[in-house]
Amino acid sequence: MSATYIARSSAVAARRLGDEMVVMSAVDSTLFSLSEVAAILWECADGRTPLECIVRERVCSEFEVDAETALRDAEEFARALAAHGVLLISAEPIEPSAAQSAAAGDRA
Amino acid sequence: MSLMQHLIRKALALGVPLTVHVDLTYRCNERCEHCYLEHDDKGEMNFEEFSRLFEQLADAGVFFLTLSGGEPMIRRDFFDIVARARALEFNVKVKTNAVLVREAEARRLRALGVEQMQVSVYSHRPEVHDAVTKLPGSLRRTIEGIRALRAAGLKVAVANVMMRSNREDQRGVAALARELGATYSADPTVTPMMSGDRGVLALRIPGSELPGLFHDKSLVGDPDSFCAPPPPVGDDERNALPCSAGNSSCYVSPYGDVYPCVQFPLPSGNVRRQRFIDIWRHSPQLEEVRSIRTRDLPVCSSCAHLGTCTRCPGLAWTEGNMRGPSSADCEKSFYRTGVPSANMLARGLMTFPSGTAETALAAFAPGSRAALGLVQIAPLPHTAA
Repeated sequence: MSATYIARSSAVAARRLGDEMVVMSAVDSTLFSLSEVAAILWECADGRTPLECIVRERVCSEFEVDAETALRDAEEFARALAAHGVLLISAEPIEPSAAQSAAAGDRA
Repeated sequence: MSLMQHLIRKALALGVPLTVHVDLTYRCNERCEHCYLEHDDKGEMNFEEFSRLFEQLADAGVFFLTLSGGEPMIRRDFFDIVARARALEFNVKVKTNAVLVREAEARRLRALGVEQMQVSVYSHRPEVHDAVTKLPGSLRRTIEGIRALRAAGLKVAVANVMMRSNREDQRGVAALARELGATYSADPTVTPMMSGDRGVLALRIPGSELPGLFHDKSLVGDPDSFCAPPPPVGDDERNALPCSAGNSSCYVSPYGDVYPCVQFPLPSGNVRRQRFIDIWRHSPQLEEVRSIRTRDLPVCSSCAHLGTCTRCPGLAWTEGNMRGPSSADCEKSFYRTGVPSANMLARGLMTFPSGTAETALAAFAPGSRAALGLVQIAPLPHTAA
């Protein structure tokens, strides 16, 4: 199975508000409120760490969930945010310049 | 409840300033006749100071950041400041006249992930717009700027302040905004200068002319709904906060002064001498603003318009009492619905700036629906509170 990498687009605004992570896309102005688990994925979306690794080390270690289910949910979450240009998904590590390109309107 | 309403409620519960408006400069390349600012530079904060401020705002939980002026793009370090704000992941909106925007600037703003550009346009006719701005050629340059912003993929909101001088051109500006692919909002509010000078209020559209303006379907959508008599006031309205100013939002001047709002120039601290969070949490002025509920307003709490009025505590403060009415909004509520406000009744309809309330009252039969009030065709999510 190939690795999946996720990176935050630079076209987003994000802030932690109490126990919530709030994210807004500058592309379509969609506002998201991320759950605790989703916020972990968001904060770890550096484009270099494989999603599977994030799920294993940051999600499964903190929440009672099996790795297969957690990874499936994480991939679904990533695809949903990617559809709004908020998150980038790739089978290869993602360079920071790709996130910048997404901000300029060139969807990665 | 929408997610935005949820965020505002949560910010209020946590004491977080969700929205902050920062003016980068009071200098400007235009000299708009209604402007409330003095344009001399009296010691603006430099890049490092703005950078420190933004870090403190991010730590305080600020999400929506409006950068304005003056004309913010007149600063040589404007793009550095925007880049710093975006690096801290604020949702950034820029208010500008777009005179300095060309293709390269527009592309850069887009690449920085700016959410929206709000551009002031006062008429679709150069002779009217340029007379307001006192900058020859400004409408042509502003339109070129908007086209460049749209071509770069940025969202643009055209904002029009309706005054005596441009009141005939509202539909023309709306049509221009549509042609440019921008949203449009129009507002008849002219505010006193921050220095306290109220001379600019003479530019306001006379109250007697507001009914026609606010019966305009192109402005208000459904005039019957817009001009409906106010619904009965309940406990929710009486216990509500009068405004987001000082509660979930505030304003910082180019000199570091913190106020509840740009329209509420109550000095509450200075970020050059204090940390922003200390001002936000402990300023006696902000604490006083936050202590007020609509039931505490001596005149307005008994007003039929309590739940629907656009009362501005800042304008009330400039009239002498932050708990008092803001007369221009009393006037709008009356003209919008035909129902006089408590303030008008208490004052015997004698002291309104436009001075025409008696005439206007006589013009409306009981139960008639006069269409007046603040108009926001395309309200922005971060102005709602």
